[in-house]
Amino acid sequence: MAAIHGDVHGHGHDDHHPTGIMRWITTTNHKDIGSMYLWFSLAMFFTGGFLALGIRAELFQPGIQILEPELFNSFTTLHGLIMVFGAIMPAFVGFANWQVPLMIGAPDMAFARMNNWSFWLLPVAASLLVSSFFVPGGAAAGGWTFYPPLSTQGGLGVDMMIFAVHILGASSIMGAINIITTILNMRAPGMKLMDMPLFVWTWLITAYLLVLVMPVLAGTVTMLLTDRHFGTSFFNAAGGGDPVLFQHIFWFFGHPEVYIMILPAFGIVSEIIPTFARKPLFGYSSMVYATASIAILSCVVWAHHMFTAGMPTVGQLFFMYSTMLIAVPTGVKVFNWTATMWRGSMTFETPMLFAIGFIFLFVIGGFSGVICAIVPIDIQVQDTYYVIAHFHYVLVSGALFSLFAGAYYWLPKWTGHMYDETLGKWHFWLSMIFFNLTFFVQHFLGLAGMPRRIPDYALQFADFNMISSIGAFGFGMSQLLFVYIVIKCVRSKEAAPEKPWDGATTLEWTHLPTPAPYHSFEKPPVFKPVSH
Amino acid sequence: MRNKSVATLAGMSVLALYSSMAVGSKYNFPEPQSVIAQDIYDQHIVLLWICLAIFIGVFGVMFYSVLKHRKSLGYKAANFHHSTTVEVIWTVIPCLILVAMAWPATKTIIAMKDTSSPDMTIKATGYQWMWGYDYLQGEGEGISFFSKLSTPRAQLQNREPKGENYLLEVDNNLVVPVGKKVRIILTANDVIHAWWVPALGIKQDAIPGFIRDTWFTADNPGIYRGQCAELCGKDHGYMPIVVEVLDEAAYAKWAAEKLVGTSSAVNLAAVSTEMAASGADEAVEAAEENSDNN
Amino acid sequence: MSQDTGHYYVPAPSTYPITGSAALLFLGFGAALTMNKIELGYGLLAIGFAILFYMCFRWFGTVAAESESGKYGLDVDKSFRWGMTWFIFSEVMFFAAFFGALYYMRVLSIPWLAGESEVLGQAAWGAYEGGWPTTGPSDHYEAFTPMGAWGLPAINTAILLTSGVTITYAHWALKENRRDALNKWMLATILLGVLFLSCQIYEYVHAYNDLNLKLDSGAYGSTFFMLTGFHGFHVTVGTIMLIVIYFRCAAGHFTPDRHFGFEGVAWYWHFVDVVWLGLFIFVYLL
Ligand code: HEA
Ligand code: HEA
Ligand code: CUA
Ligand SMILES: [Cu+2]
Repeated sequence: MAAIHGDVHGHGHDDHHPTGIMRWITTTNHKDIGSMYLWFSLAMFFTGGFLALGIRAELFQPGIQILEPELFNSFTTLHGLIMVFGAIMPAFVGFANWQVPLMIGAPDMAFARMNNWSFWLLPVAASLLVSSFFVPGGAAAGGWTFYPPLSTQGGLGVDMMIFAVHILGASSIMGAINIITTILNMRAPGMKLMDMPLFVWTWLITAYLLVLVMPVLAGTVTMLLTDRHFGTSFFNAAGGGDPVLFQHIFWFFGHPEVYIMILPAFGIVSEIIPTFARKPLFGYSSMVYATASIAILSCVVWAHHMFTAGMPTVGQLFFMYSTMLIAVPTGVKVFNWTATMWRGSMTFETPMLFAIGFIFLFVIGGFSGVICAIVPIDIQVQDTYYVIAHFHYVLVSGALFSLFAGAYYWLPKWTGHMYDETLGKWHFWLSMIFFNLTFFVQHFLGLAGMPRRIPDYALQFADFNMISSIGAFGFGMSQLLFVYIVIKCVRSKEAAPEKPWDGATTLEWTHLPTPAPYHSFEKPPVFKPVSH
Repeated sequence: MRNKSVATLAGMSVLALYSSMAVGSKYNFPEPQSVIAQDIYDQHIVLLWICLAIFIGVFGVMFYSVLKHRKSLGYKAANFHHSTTVEVIWTVIPCLILVAMAWPATKTIIAMKDTSSPDMTIKATGYQWMWGYDYLQGEGEGISFFSKLSTPRAQLQNREPKGENYLLEVDNNLVVPVGKKVRIILTANDVIHAWWVPALGIKQDAIPGFIRDTWFTADNPGIYRGQCAELCGKDHGYMPIVVEVLDEAAYAKWAAEKLVGTSSAVNLAAVSTEMAASGADEAVEAAEENSDNN
Repeated sequence: MSQDTGHYYVPAPSTYPITGSAALLFLGFGAALTMNKIELGYGLLAIGFAILFYMCFRWFGTVAAESESGKYGLDVDKSFRWGMTWFIFSEVMFFAAFFGALYYMRVLSIPWLAGESEVLGQAAWGAYEGGWPTTGPSDHYEAFTPMGAWGLPAINTAILLTSGVTITYAHWALKENRRDALNKWMLATILLGVLFLSCQIYEYVHAYNDLNLKLDSGAYGSTFFMLTGFHGFHVTVGTIMLIVIYFRCAAGHFTPDRHFGFEGVAWYWHFVDVVWLGLFIFVYLL
């Protein structure tokens, strides 16, 4: 991704951009910024993965081996935070940076300088998070959900996490505003909203979710901060507040947040499936409406994370019903993808493999989600490894697999080189096998009664934990292959075909050379709508 | 691409296995010991079958397509991309399935929430890191004790072989009679904990400064083990719950003996107010302490 | 000035963003350390703020210069509109979190603490009676007198509403190219903003000294000061923005048909106005 040749110069731009490190620090180019987002998120994925391996190593056997309980909790907490805010979200923003302007025929993002800032806030937040491991008192250890009063205890590390979250929030909000504005204002002439590729649609809706909920997160952590240091009583019963209030506000953010991490994934998959089925996407408009419905519903389901916190019966019923309802629009998407594949003329290059793997495993995760949504069952599985299994199915084999799919799909366009197809397939199959090894057995652990966030467990959980740990190390190692493939692709000398995927129909493939020039769409492309 | 169908088959047989597991196996919930736990168990099995059926339906079609509609077989792509009829059908059917799922769940929720007219009431208080129990009403009223992990440290640190009930054993079991409706009132002294006994089908957070309740009626005498289910700090993994269910006579005997050891009955209101007020101060102190140590 | 080149203006590479990030690096570490009473923190905070002000000054200065030199086409203008709209929306959501907390405490958690819930049946706090305003059930907090609505707060409401009118007059003047009136109305708006802030400072002093109402006065103190405090902070930012715009007006910036810098700030000002109305009703009146 680093190697971008063939600048097409034109007026209206300042072409004398600095070289070397200053190019990356000062850049206002959406492609440079997109690449930085992607590399950053890869680094964070490995950092979070390193923590995950620490967790899995400790859980390999009963007893305390390598991580003392408090440090274990810090590992879990920072693993969650870094994966969510450092790996998955920035990766999707990276895709948006690269692809949104290309797919709508825009010269760049609407606010190019602010775009740079959105990115360069991330390393700042990451350094706050990572260095908090080394301060007195250690890193935050209250879980990525940092419920008070537990997070009211704890020292400097918690404050560093709070400010990191503030900064991440600022970055996300600026990024979201940029994406919304770009999409609303900078589409190629003639491209109506309902002509936009689905990836663009899903990002538009995701960006709305971001501006809706990130400020709420900022508010929550601010209240936590003042409760910790300035004597306010938002989450303290003694002063009239309520620890559960925190949970409501957090999950008002937190649940839409999980859809923020999956809607762009749906978008990527919706681009890839038609391309490799050589057949138009089935039900374009119902896909758009389904995405919007998921987003809207996601704002009224938050308390399904709080079924054991104690809530009036009507509350439990409301949140159970509304949560279950999300299965309907999500199902529509799954069915539409299936119908797109039906009677297509399919080939199975790596992006398609990851896309199909995504659907297959995401649906398993979706089902376990629906099972969690049934209050009586959730009473049993809440805060157990069943939930861990649920959300790794939707996050790892969901969000992460879609990111791999998208990376393989667009790497030729970005770098001008083809990735190694054989290695790509290896990456897929290894990931597929080890992923399931790691997380499928966690369903059993949860059902049998293993709580989450514990450094040690009773003996009856030993064998599944061992399997899970072996799977995790296998999965981690398989990801080294991905890094190798990407570097090999970037460094490769061979030019990729202009249009490696014959089924692709979006602007970046039809209207731009491969690799995409440094300044794309100096002049807006002529857009011809296809009928849906 | 044969291996994909093999993988699918393998995945599905695992799923099938998963759902047909015998009661109490390590692939499923522990054997239910109360009406609610039984409801939960049954509903979970039904849901699994429903999900499995949908799964086979959807991926049956998809993998048929994957196997047959491929370019390498010379299959030519069709060009349809829309059908209002099927889209309506596959929106409506999931809705109906969901209603079928929600119906029994709703009934169970209402039953779960009904803590009225208990035979006895016990207050459980979460502390970092142990449980306190006060028998407030019913036979044994006035009993009060703490219950902490009894697994020796040496076992945790792998210096001794681990016992059978490693991490799931306490110094003082919570003892209750069989077949009686026991209402558990929950609160916490410092941070949020959760009181969870899987076999009895109950889990409820204990929130500092607030009171929550839940209930169970144990079907059979026995010992049922559970754990704190809300991250509560360093020793969250080390605050198990052990409920010992005795038949009525044995319980009466236990209660009588225990009461001799307990000097005076506990006044809930007085204790809890004092507890919660000091809880606030303690939280502050603990926060200060925490930033210093390590 | 606003020729449309047909090209969307993409700014040249810039060091402002990384400067801003450096500022936040200092601020983030500085604030975390300060909160934990570690000396080093104050220094870091000071450096952070210094860099931040420098960055804002230069960055906004550049934007104003670019705007004046006609680099922004109509498309860019529209982008600014969308951008500002959604920024203000995100600010609304920020306040929503605090209003939500206020609502939750008053309507739910305090009655629960007072033992009003049929689910819980048993009060944890003995004789606590709830009600509003309250310091909460614990006797840990000292008694205070709540802030009345019809004194200063009502005056402040009038001040802020008036400033909404004056800025609209300024806008009309700008659109009709009456520059003198523009400058005068802008000045009036700024003065009202400053007046509002002064009243609020006075109110806070009064609360602390006379009413014993403090940030740590339980639920009431927490929500009162956090809501009015964040609002006050937004008014401060708004006033600074107004001052900047005033100097730009005085320097002859903006034309009757192209003046988004002015409008954006006016939108922002109306937004703080509306938030204040919410505060006046939910924090002071009810
Ligand atoms: C990308 C992230 C993502 C996604 C997409 C989802 C999707 C869903 N999630 Fe998940 N969830 C998380 C991430 C995600 N979740 C995380 C991170 C947590 C834990 C947080 C924490 O505590 O740390 C969590 C926790 C969580 C809980 C709380 C569990 C607990 O703590 O006790 C619940 C409960 O209702 C839940 C439900 C659901 C549901 C119903 C969906 C639905 O959207 C799924 C819908 C999809 C399908 C159902 C499959 C396809 C549909 C069909 C084929 C149609 C036919 C189907 C039917 C009729 C059933 N999730
Ligand atoms: C969003 C994404 C996301 C992703 C991608 C992952 C990825 C993984 N997660 Fe998880 N996880 C969460 C989000 C995510 N997670 C969240 C939100 C929680 C809840 C936290 C909480 O409870 O608060 C959680 C919790 C969680 C737990 C429960 C911890 C506990 O309750 O105590 C476990 C345990 O197995 C786990 C495991 C894993 C594993 C094995 C991976 C693997 O997929 C990771 C694979 C990747 C690698 C292993 C990287 C490769 C690294 C190497 C090869 C080593 C090289 C080393 C160096 C360069 C130094 N995660
Ligand atoms: Cu107590 Cu976890
Ligand atoms: Cu959720």
